[in-house]
Amino acid sequence: MSKLTPDTLNEIRDRMQHGVILREGEGRAKIVVHMGTCGIASGAREILTAFTDTLGPLGDDIILTTSGCAGLCKHEPMATVQLAGQTPVKYIDLTPAKVRKIIEEHVTNGSMVAAYALAVGSERLS
Amino acid sequence: MDQMSLLVCGGTGCTSNGSLEIRTALEQELARRGLAQDVKVVTTGCNGMCGRGPILVAQPEGVFFHSVAPEDVPELVEAYVIGGKPPARLLYTEEQRGPVIPKMSEVPFYAKQQLIALSNRGIIDPENLEEYIGRDGYQALSRVLTTMTEEEVIDEVTRSGLRGRGGAGFPTGRKWAFARAAVGNPKYVICNADEGDPGAFMDRSIVESDPHAVIEGMAIGGYAIGASEAFVYIRGEYPLALARLNLAIEQARTYGLLGENILGTDFSFDIKVSVGAGAFVCGEETSLIASLEGRMPEPRVKPPFPAQSGYMGKPTNINNVETWANIRHIILRGAEWFSSIGSETSKGTKVFSLVGKVNNTGLVEVPMGITLREIVFDIGGGIPDGKKFKAVQSGGPSGGCLPESKLDTPVDYESLTKAGSIMGSGGLIVMDETTCMVEVARYFVAFTQEESCGKCTPCREGTKHMLDILTAITEGRGEEGDIEILKTMARNIKATSLCGLGQTAPNPVLTTIRYFRDEYEAHIREKRCPSGVCKPLISYTIDKEACTGCRACAISCPVTCITGERKLPHVIDQTQCIKCGMCFDVCNFNAVRVE
Repeated sequence: MSKLTPDTLNEIRDRMQHGVILREGEGRAKIVVHMGTCGIASGAREILTAFTDTLGPLGDDIILTTSGCAGLCKHEPMATVQLAGQTPVKYIDLTPAKVRKIIEEHVTNGSMVAAYALAVGSERLS
Repeated sequence: MDQMSLLVCGGTGCTSNGSLEIRTALEQELARRGLAQDVKVVTTGCNGMCGRGPILVAQPEGVFFHSVAPEDVPELVEAYVIGGKPPARLLYTEEQRGPVIPKMSEVPFYAKQQLIALSNRGIIDPENLEEYIGRDGYQALSRVLTTMTEEEVIDEVTRSGLRGRGGAGFPTGRKWAFARAAVGNPKYVICNADEGDPGAFMDRSIVESDPHAVIEGMAIGGYAIGASEAFVYIRGEYPLALARLNLAIEQARTYGLLGENILGTDFSFDIKVSVGAGAFVCGEETSLIASLEGRMPEPRVKPPFPAQSGYMGKPTNINNVETWANIRHIILRGAEWFSSIGSETSKGTKVFSLVGKVNNTGLVEVPMGITLREIVFDIGGGIPDGKKFKAVQSGGPSGGCLPESKLDTPVDYESLTKAGSIMGSGGLIVMDETTCMVEVARYFVAFTQEESCGKCTPCREGTKHMLDILTAITEGRGEEGDIEILKTMARNIKATSLCGLGQTAPNPVLTTIRYFRDEYEAHIREKRCPSGVCKPLISYTIDKEACTGCRACAISCPVTCITGERKLPHVIDQTQCIKCGMCFDVCNFNAVRVE
């Protein structure tokens, strides 16, 4: 890795803006498992493993990643699932069984699992 | 009659399901039948029922159509617009509705939050530097290094009105200006990540979810005051935050965002991580510096302030994690933007960890000036199990406990201080009616007493004596005059201790006396704990009328002191009872009473 300059910093930013904000044609779905201390303590590693194991055969157009805490510690473990071109859905109180259902119904068939979802959309930034 | 409007959902979900084609088809069909002037076709925002899109709502009747396809349009116009009878298969009924998923802005926990310091939470992978860059990461540092003078940076931060988020609330820009003006070389920057308050995890969460925001803030601060060396002093109890911070520093070095000649400029800056050993007093800046230097963590007299004489006697600027995480946003979006958020004296947002007897425990970031009531009841969702609110403590173990009557206090530095509490670093502990306020005061004094470094006699000995008196009161040995002694001691400890630990340790005692004096008096005069918490002052009895003789209590009692025949009222032997409360917890008929 060569050291960044202001110009190369901007290049990475422009490239990554596409990666962070999921757009059509760049992966079918993005799944973020929230892994702060609270999430991990509530079992987020098992949730991540359940996603990894179940998604394995589904192809690499699904981005699986992790982030810090989503704030609502009471409902950890949490994950956010976003299909390309749609708003993100926050799932709460996850278990490996719920993960498998979410992958089957939401990721694969495109219909959200309302029973496990807290909300759709993103948080309000200032 | 009102003109008919057909509202076609133009939300992202419906648009990708072809709602724009529906709109076109509707307009063509209406024009074909000469109805274009009579029926308006409008595109609206998302209806929130994306799973059944495209959605079409007909007003003024409010008829809701779902899963509309272009080939349905002629039938829809014929049957409904002309005939007034909506085609049943397109009609949306309650049975089809199923559970509706609300939007984030409709979830009370998130609706009143406003993110600055936590703006990347839950979005980026904290272990991936490029994701941070994708969210304008290091753009503020780049701007500072290539277009701004040191003075301009300090001026921007000063004008933003940002105040230290560690608790004291000192204006950050002024602190930087002192360190910049101080004579001495080298100068140092420190990030205080020694978050010691029980139940508080704001800083941990920021470092865990967005470590580069802290690093970028520190580098900007280093440039502004003229420092090229920095430390993060972080709790050893935060293994995940520590690991992510170390990784982030390593990545930043690899990309040339830390180290020599950052971003190709002549600014050099690097960060070392120092792990604390769990002393609460290390949150105090002079103690933290002493610990960093390898000495016993004890506060010292100020002045000289760390800005004049800090780490190794050199000019040093210390800010807390959350303060650093705000910096890049102030640089990128400007002082005016930042100071437009918040209250008159307290600008921007504050992160709180909301814990205790509250439905939605979690980490919240709210604009300054929001009321405690909004945080506890709107965001926090109120008190669980239908119990009543009793108090909320802000500011950690040395904050005050504020009652219902103070819930409309706006959350800013001055208002909380006036009410007898402190902003502190942002812990918020909610207590319900089953909490004994004397016991709460005893618990927190026990904590600060244990954590007192012992340097100042009033703090070391005074908190010990306060603890003895509070313990006596909770054990039924309180005496008339104890409350006055506690108040006198509290005033003296506050006035004569060197650092924030001693200066604030009596706050829980003073505020509980101020707002819950009747509870102290009940313990002292009537030897009674109104909340049924203090074991020596309570007894468990079984109500003969309510008891069904189910034996659940007798089976659960660890000392088998409950006797009685099946289906007949049971009795607790008071001489054997250890007041563990098991019988109270297991009784399904509310027959066990606490007095």
